[in-house]
Amino acid sequence: MRNPLRIPRWSPYVVGAGIGMLSWATFLFMDKALGASTSFVQASGAALSVVAPEHVKANPYYARLLVGRPVVEWQMALVLMLAVGAFLSARLSGVRFVEHVPDLWARRFGPSRAKRYTFAFLGGVVLLFGARLADGCTSGHAISGGLQLAVSSWVFLIAMFVSGVAVATLMFRGKGANRV
Amino acid sequence: MFDTPYFASLSTLALGAVTGLVFGFLLQRGGATRYTVILNQFLLRDFTVLKIMLTGMIVGGVGVYAMLQLGMIEHLHVKGATLLANALGGLIFGAGMAIAGYCPGSGVAAIGDGSRHAIFSVLGMIVGAGVYAETQPWMAKHVLPVLDEGRITLSSATGLSPWWFMIAMAVVAAAGFVALERWERTRHAPAAT
Repeated sequence: MRNPLRIPRWSPYVVGAGIGMLSWATFLFMDKALGASTSFVQASGAALSVVAPEHVKANPYYARLLVGRPVVEWQMALVLMLAVGAFLSARLSGVRFVEHVPDLWARRFGPSRAKRYTFAFLGGVVLLFGARLADGCTSGHAISGGLQLAVSSWVFLIAMFVSGVAVATLMFRGKGANRV
Repeated sequence: MFDTPYFASLSTLALGAVTGLVFGFLLQRGGATRYTVILNQFLLRDFTVLKIMLTGMIVGGVGVYAMLQLGMIEHLHVKGATLLANALGGLIFGAGMAIAGYCPGSGVAAIGDGSRHAIFSVLGMIVGAGVYAETQPWMAKHVLPVLDEGRITLSSATGLSPWWFMIAMAVVAAAGFVALERWERTRHAPAAT
């Protein structure tokens, strides 16, 4: 049998089951649920406090997460290590992958790196704003909240999918929207 | 961070780090760190993301509710149902995710996977968090109180056992997965990447 660590793509069901079991471990051993987007608030607050510490302390939303609390805590360690875990997985699979502009994007919007980077950035701004308004993202709401049957998370999940499908369909409609 | 150390205890950080390492590994192996896979989910051409999420929810949910019932864990971590904010935030999030091609977790993981444009998405996310922090006092006054139902679950809201929802989810997902697999086989080619 082939070493599974060398198989570049695992079945989504295996990966999903793995994430589900990882949730067991976080609930059982760490009294935590998988999440990611809170760390971005701490990152932005920490960055802003370099120039305006009083402003950060005076904002109740930042203060709740940063005053009297370490900025690098459980979830921040998790988020930073996501990149390392993905890097190790990519390396072990032996597949080289570097992407500046995805083909799917390039066929519709052109090969410009500046354009893709700009929209990648703007999309990031928009989605994290939404995640904080909703109080969670695909990890904290959709997976962790969904598995706990949280009403908040199911509302978020449905809204997110409807909106994602609508916006992606609008973006990729018509000419150049070939299947990739 | 103000008047306190910048770092949590070493054991807390180590547990978070191991969790992130495994999570990032799984996301990459599943293809969830790829722009094309995520966009093709929203374009309804490739259902990898939905398969991962639903399987994760069902496996995770069965285990977590079993551990709760057996007294192995004391409580859940349910987020408050501030329904207007959950819905509006979800709509905004979905739009941003379709443009960026990543969500927060998969975006950070995508950097490790070799996606250069994901770096810009993650920078944007940090800025987006800052923009929200500035508007949060307004939201707390005008949006968050609307339809605030507290930390309810589908089970607590209906009075039904959580197991009914787990069974329903499993049955619907299993039927959906079988249909999806059949549909994918009959199409000329499965979506690449």
